[in-house]
Amino acid sequence: MKIIALLGRETLRTLETLGRFGMFLALSLYCAVTPPYKVMPIVRQIRFIGANSLFVIMFTGLFTGMVLSLQGYYTLTKFDSVGFLGAAVSLSLIRELGPVLGALMVIGRAGSAICAEIGIMRNSEQIDALECMAIDPYRFLVVPKMVAGIIAMPLLTFIFDVIGILGGFLIGVELFGVSAGSYFHGMYSAVVWHDIEMGLVKSLVFGLLMVWICSAKGFYLHKERDGGFGAEGVSRTTTSAVVIASVAVLVWDYLISAILL
Amino acid sequence: MRTDKDNDIVIELDNVHKHFGDQKVLNGVSLSIRAGTTTVIVGASGQGKSVILKHMLGLMQPDSGQVRVFGQNLAMAGKKGLRQIRSKFGVLFQNVALFDSMTIYDNVALPLRERTAASEDDIRRQVEEKLAMMGLSDHGDKFPAQVSGGMQKRAGLARALVLNPEVVFFDEPTTGLDVRKSNEIYRLFFETQTQLHYTAVIVSHDVPKIFKLADYVTLMANGQLQGCMSPEAFQLSGNELIREFVLETMGPIYSSETEELQSYETP
Repeated sequence: MKIIALLGRETLRTLETLGRFGMFLALSLYCAVTPPYKVMPIVRQIRFIGANSLFVIMFTGLFTGMVLSLQGYYTLTKFDSVGFLGAAVSLSLIRELGPVLGALMVIGRAGSAICAEIGIMRNSEQIDALECMAIDPYRFLVVPKMVAGIIAMPLLTFIFDVIGILGGFLIGVELFGVSAGSYFHGMYSAVVWHDIEMGLVKSLVFGLLMVWICSAKGFYLHKERDGGFGAEGVSRTTTSAVVIASVAVLVWDYLISAILL
Repeated sequence: MRTDKDNDIVIELDNVHKHFGDQKVLNGVSLSIRAGTTTVIVGASGQGKSVILKHMLGLMQPDSGQVRVFGQNLAMAGKKGLRQIRSKFGVLFQNVALFDSMTIYDNVALPLRERTAASEDDIRRQVEEKLAMMGLSDHGDKFPAQVSGGMQKRAGLARALVLNPEVVFFDEPTTGLDVRKSNEIYRLFFETQTQLHYTAVIVSHDVPKIFKLADYVTLMANGQLQGCMSPEAFQLSGNELIREFVLETMGPIYSSETEELQSYETP
């Protein structure tokens, strides 16, 4: 009997949370597409989410491309197909690793900060203050971040891909002596617009997912403290936001791949 | 302090009930607040004073009963209606709730930037006027963390008043301040209310100091408001809970004091 009660309670709690998150997304998107539009807050958030993530994206992209090239060269030599190295590296990056690893890095760097910032604002009654001043907290706090996430993530993914391909070039061509022509020709002949489109769709969705989950977790800190209050509540909620957003990225990666393949 | 003020009811709580889990916090709270008056809600910590305030602000919904502000039921006002009502509010929160990533100037300018179409020049003029009123003219470029608690409260008050609201709510306005700074906040409250004629709702346990500013005092105890009366009547009330509260916070009222208090009573 206790198990049934627990199951029922957990189901209701989960449904309530899903409903809350759904309403949060719907209200945020509604505010994003209705006037007044303010450009400067979005530009500031693009700087925070995008420009400030450049170093970590370039660094991760470089080493991802290098390790792909290293493993790819080792595998392809077994089948005497080193000429496909450029194609293997670029396709892996553009279709999968660029959007996914890029999103995971940005979630770790910017998503956690977004959740903590909004969570602290909730804890210190700053969101209540906004509401009491008749300022819509969705429009003021969430929309600039959401629009910036959707704009910045594809750009960061593009940079990740380019740097990754160059990293692969460094290892494949400069270290293992694969011909540069073969590397780039393989890439040129294998990559089609559909691959780029898939990477683009994924990065757009991941940008939205990151801001949605991390903002909503912070926004509803008072309703789902993840077992903690005050500073501990913020810390646990931030951890939970990063985990949920990362898992959501992996799940949606599979779903988008399955749909677009 | 008490004058012939407008008798229009601005805020009305009608048999409001609210519980959190098993705990019943508000158990049939009713209260009317008239325009231009200062109503003080006193009571021990954890009695639900701030919960009443949050109901008036529309931050919480009652389980049953009604909260009417400017004649409108908040539960039925909708998002847009609620925003219109709140545009006539100013709030000084217990922990001030200034935006810590913005300077004091930007904090005070925020309602003007977000809610009006005023030019930056006009905003600057209004913000500087309010900062000067609060004695913060030289601190506008500082962040909240760079100034004292008293200055933060004054900045919060400047932000609450920048749009000349009709009703201003004060949630424990002097919490964490020493006597001098508390007096400073009360002086600013008195001056600004005289100048701007707003209706004030103050939640406080700063007894008896707060009685000097109040037109009406009510005690929150056992989930209910125990009457709403003049400070003098409050101190002489026969209500057991009020008597107990007065005794605990002010000490016994002696016969000479009783006579003095009675002399304040309007015939």
